[in-house]
Amino acid sequence: MINIFEVNETNKMIEQENLDVRTITLGISLLDCVDSDLEKLQNRIYEKITKKAKNLVSVGRAIEMEYGIPIVNKRISVTPIALVGGNACKSPEDFLTLAKTLDDAAKTVGVNFIGGYSALVSKGMTPAEERLIRSIPQALAETDRVCASVNVGSTKTGINMDAVKLMGEIILETARKTKDRDSCGCTKLVVFCNAPDDNPFMAGAFHGVTEADSIINVGVSGPGVVKNALKSARGADFETLCETIKRTAFKVTRVGQLVAQEASRKMEVPFGIVDLSLAPTPAVGDSVADILKEIGVEHPGAPGTTAALALLNDQVKKGGVMASSSVGGLSGAFIPVSEDQGMIDAVEAGALTLEKLEAMTCVCSVGLDMIAIPGDTSASTISGIIADEAAIGMVNQKTTAVRLIPVIGKGVGDCVEFGGLLGHGPVMPVNSFSCEAFVQRGGRIPAPIHSFKN
Amino acid sequence: MKKTIITVLGPDKVGIIAGVCTYLSNNQINILDISQTIVQGYLNMMMITDTSKSSKDMSTLTRELEGLGEEIGVVIRCQHEDIFTKMHRI
Repeated sequence: MINIFEVNETNKMIEQENLDVRTITLGISLLDCVDSDLEKLQNRIYEKITKKAKNLVSVGRAIEMEYGIPIVNKRISVTPIALVGGNACKSPEDFLTLAKTLDDAAKTVGVNFIGGYSALVSKGMTPAEERLIRSIPQALAETDRVCASVNVGSTKTGINMDAVKLMGEIILETARKTKDRDSCGCTKLVVFCNAPDDNPFMAGAFHGVTEADSIINVGVSGPGVVKNALKSARGADFETLCETIKRTAFKVTRVGQLVAQEASRKMEVPFGIVDLSLAPTPAVGDSVADILKEIGVEHPGAPGTTAALALLNDQVKKGGVMASSSVGGLSGAFIPVSEDQGMIDAVEAGALTLEKLEAMTCVCSVGLDMIAIPGDTSASTISGIIADEAAIGMVNQKTTAVRLIPVIGKGVGDCVEFGGLLGHGPVMPVNSFSCEAFVQRGGRIPAPIHSFKN
Repeated sequence: MKKTIITVLGPDKVGIIAGVCTYLSNNQINILDISQTIVQGYLNMMMITDTSKSSKDMSTLTRELEGLGEEIGVVIRCQHEDIFTKMHRI
């Protein structure tokens, strides 16, 4: 039978070390809503989401009460809207109405974000997908809870450089359209390479076409728990360090698995995956950067950081895999800048640069995330950064993403405030040399040789 | 049987266990095991209980026990045992 020490350990994780379930995300397929009539399509989408997700928030609350574990976010992901609206939407403005429908549905069921205002264009772009992408700036400016993502490359297909070029312009346009709010529209826009179909985390969540009609995916977190556990391994060798991370990741993931199963049972929706990510928040003690410091670097960005992050990412996966029946999504360590107090401190101390962050994304679970850059950065430079990040993902067969915020009217040294979980942070300098001629070429970067596995 | 773990944390004084046990008894909750430690005047108690005969649901019990804790001056938590067994047992 369970003993008092184990009970105390669990409750200490929850109360003092910010152990929580970061999100329960209900994935909903909208493929059966497709219609050539825009109004009919809107009604069907609204009805399906509000019906399927009716109990999502109340079930989440009931699980919180029953197990005494906070569930921070309840969210929805839907089939990429470029596919759903392709037939009905003849212009970017038509797609905009679908964004508003999603926003209304999210507000009705009480979720804080709805993801899936997306297009998957890793090899080529259909006219409908281009229309959706062109509607993103206005959609993010006029809605509160809709999140957009675009997949511009994959290991199997290479990188769609036309899409990369377009996304540089779209990010800048989104920033301009929300310039009165520190360009916060860009915090809800992710550009992916190798985007997973079952990611529960925003802003990049969408319900892939390979998925069932509806599904529960759960994202766990707990950087504070890992950091505290590592205090006991100070000065110990790497084997001990790795073992400690693995054990802790196992315990954290078990909670995620329990919550996922319960949510699935209560909502009568099949369980999809647990995403084993260490996702930081701006709260003190909820930081991935603090884990890196505990491993032994003075600030993230110091030499050794990439190796420390690589081992952290790998041990989190190794510990978590055994704790869950099905693991997916992004699974690893997130390194967003504005959402992690330790990362913000590192930038302010001059320890962390965009180039070092890029190196770190080779071994972390996602990419350049929540980074504020000067508002006068050119679209081609943003496209260049996206291309670099997509190349890392394509060649290393991993998911990479870019979520940059060119803050209009602000420059290096200024501070931005996005609020809540999105955090705050300093504007970081970007390499000012041009890549205009590179980006202007257009076309596609072919898939790497090691993608031919058949 | 639905087992619920009740933990009580706070400065030790007369009547804490009596208060909690009276509430449990009034709500048909059976106590299966109790363990406690007192370190420097601070009480740390854990009870394993069977709530299957109680007419109140889990969220009501959790809320009422929290309220009782506030009255007595301690923190009382009430959680389904699965969160502990899942985390600590393979």
